Amino acid sequence: MTEEIIIAGFGGQGVLSMGKILAYSGIMQNQEVSWMPSYGPEMRGGTANVTVIVSDERISSPILRAYDTAIILNQQSMDKFESTVKPGGTLLYDPNGISKHPTRKDINIYKVEGAKKAAEMGNTKIFNMIVLGAYLKVKPIVKMENVVKGIKKSLPERHHRLLPLNEEAVNQGTQIVEAVNII
Amino acid sequence: MSEIAIQNIIKPENLVYQKSRLMTEKPLSYCPGCGHGTAHRLIMEVIDELGKENDTIGVAPVGCSVLAYEFMDIDMQEAAHGRAPALATAIKRLWPDKVVFTYQGDGDLAAIGTAETIHACNRGEKIVIVFVNNGIYGMTGGQMAPTTLEGMKTSTSPYGRDVALMGNPLKITELVAQLPGTYYVTRQSVHNPGAVRKAKKAIKKAFQNQIDNAPGLSFIEIVSNCNSGWKMTPVDANNWMVDNMFPYYPIGDIKVDGELIK
Amino acid sequence: MGELRLMKGNEALAEAMIRAGADGYFGYPITPQSEVIEYLTAAKPHESTGMVVLQAESEVASINMLYGGGATGKKVCTSSSSPGISLMQEGLSYIAGAEIPVVVVNVVRGGPGLGDIQPSQSDYFQSTKGGGHGDYRLIVLAPSSVQEMSDFVPIAFDLAFKYRNPVMIQSDGAIGQMMEKVELFEPIPRLTDKQVKDLYPWATNGKPKGGQRRIMTSLDLDPARLERHNHHLQEKYHTIDENEVRFEEFNCEDADYVIVAYGSSARISQKALQLLRAKGIKVGLLRPITLWPYPTKKIQELVKQGVKGFLSVEMSAGQMVEDVKLAVNGKVKVEFFGRVGGIIPSPEEVVDALEHKLIGE
Repeated sequence: MTEEIIIAGFGGQGVLSMGKILAYSGIMQNQEVSWMPSYGPEMRGGTANVTVIVSDERISSPILRAYDTAIILNQQSMDKFESTVKPGGTLLYDPNGISKHPTRKDINIYKVEGAKKAAEMGNTKIFNMIVLGAYLKVKPIVKMENVVKGIKKSLPERHHRLLPLNEEAVNQGTQIVEAVNII
Repeated sequence: MSEIAIQNIIKPENLVYQKSRLMTEKPLSYCPGCGHGTAHRLIMEVIDELGKENDTIGVAPVGCSVLAYEFMDIDMQEAAHGRAPALATAIKRLWPDKVVFTYQGDGDLAAIGTAETIHACNRGEKIVIVFVNNGIYGMTGGQMAPTTLEGMKTSTSPYGRDVALMGNPLKITELVAQLPGTYYVTRQSVHNPGAVRKAKKAIKKAFQNQIDNAPGLSFIEIVSNCNSGWKMTPVDANNWMVDNMFPYYPIGDIKVDGELIK
Repeated sequence: MGELRLMKGNEALAEAMIRAGADGYFGYPITPQSEVIEYLTAAKPHESTGMVVLQAESEVASINMLYGGGATGKKVCTSSSSPGISLMQEGLSYIAGAEIPVVVVNVVRGGPGLGDIQPSQSDYFQSTKGGGHGDYRLIVLAPSSVQEMSDFVPIAFDLAFKYRNPVMIQSDGAIGQMMEKVELFEPIPRLTDKQVKDLYPWATNGKPKGGQRRIMTSLDLDPARLERHNHHLQEKYHTIDENEVRFEEFNCEDADYVIVAYGSSARISQKALQLLRAKGIKVGLLRPITLWPYPTKKIQELVKQGVKGFLSVEMSAGQMVEDVKLAVNGKVKVEFFGRVGGIIPSPEEVVDALEHKLIGE
């Protein structure tokens, strides 16, 4: 199994940490992982993206032009990455702030109202965990118990009291993901 | 002189001067009348007297004293031009119980190595810097130094230093004295026996500070002549130094035990 | 099995410096490797192993701190990125001349000049062909994963002290910034002052009682003696060339074509290799781990084995390809593919280059 993912959105949406938790979850079940962020000026306030690869084998290129899955959280990222999903691949997006919805017919498309759900749950910071939950429902590449371990590894100890909330957010995400286009 | 008089002179108790024990056998390569040899000797005598022969690491510069390591019979490193305080910083940080000093000229310390000098002083590195200022680049043949006086002729200021074009002579010693990281800052000379005695006292104080783990760097400027570069006889050079260098670079302590002298 | 962590390359490097028993790190922040000094200052190794960490006033100062510290026999290291490494070239020349063991890490970014902060490999000439003045060589190790950012640190120190020679770990912004699983090696204790004195009698850390003083210098004004010193250095480099070449090969046994790539480019080329093999093209990958000494003999063996052509893949305008050509010596085709300015080539571009430049129409 090799899953090549791009996660893209605004800085501050938790794009990088979502990727990090996913990578840690892979490590928890003895998989190979890589996490390659875009870095530099575009990090500061603009768009942020990270390529995450989880694989049973040694990972070759950590930098890719085509992905099994794209998780897209703003319009700029939609414009940039919709076309990079491999035919037969998966695109997951949050429609909040998206004006031009994805149109491809050769990929599976799902949406998750993550921003809305996070607001309902009273904490916008768990947005990324809701999206992660939605992704894992669609692509269960790591076991939920390992995701919990991954969150624990990624969160600094002083934030460990937030673990139950994050877990709940992942659960919510698994429940609210909707199919838009299935091939 | 009678045979008896000679016998008296060579008696050990009548000995008034000898080659310092920690100077090597190698003949000094400095011009006759130059102050470097005296400054070297004073440092070696102080290290000997303080019992630190086996615990001192010296750092030589680039300039006339580039071969200082040939003359000092202790462990020595030869730095790139201006970088001696960076070497000394690491040596002292890694071997805090050792005694570490740099020996630098004006071009090395106050031009190309200004950043290293200022920052070693500002960090309060527990080292000794001995700075020999003769107002000229001696080794390369008498070019203008950062400390060359206004109007002074050198091979790169052949009509005299024009401060409007070439900047002002840099009083780096006064400058580093302002930094909280310096503990002892003094300016000395070695042009007559009295000055040599005072300079040795200052050097000893600087090294003693380091041995006592005083909180900061000890910095000794020695104003010296360069009779070759200044194109004077040694005696004239010393007189010129007293008349011209000392008014601009006044001799004496600038900062003692961390307090500026007012 | 050692401790498993998810770390950035730069963090793994910093942790490895502590674990390798380094005595001192002297550095200056520059993107994309500032995580190294940030990690070290946060980790406070002074309290655990006694390692000194100091932010210098410039890269010029930090490399000269390495001169001073390394010349006393202590294990010292620094890290920087391309513009900072350029500033260190004077110091590296002196360090090579005086034969001081130090470890320098270059997390390469796009150039020339300030360039950008994206990953690049355009410092290959600088690190393998000199960089500073005079006839000297650095031993250059090129990690291609976060794991190797950690593993190569103790290897670099061992080589530095074995040969009393500066060693460079040449990484790039991608390996510095990406996170991967890394298994950390067991900490190696720092040497005591007494061990340093006993092991390295050349080191200037205080004249031995009743012994001779030591001098650490790159200066010798006598041309005959300086020539002898240069011959000594060249003999040492020859020994290193004979004994320390490291490389990794993938699918070279039956290869018609071989991609030569190091660091990030090797990772990308590995993916390209998979794509090409899937198309039925027999491609191998040779990854130099030491950029100097270079795996020249391995390339010559591949030529003898019947490889029809080589493609050098680099994030540069074509630097390492010169060493591939020197090794091949005109016997078969050597082509180059690269992206510059901080752009990372895609595996698909490598596939295309191999099919069109090397195999031909």
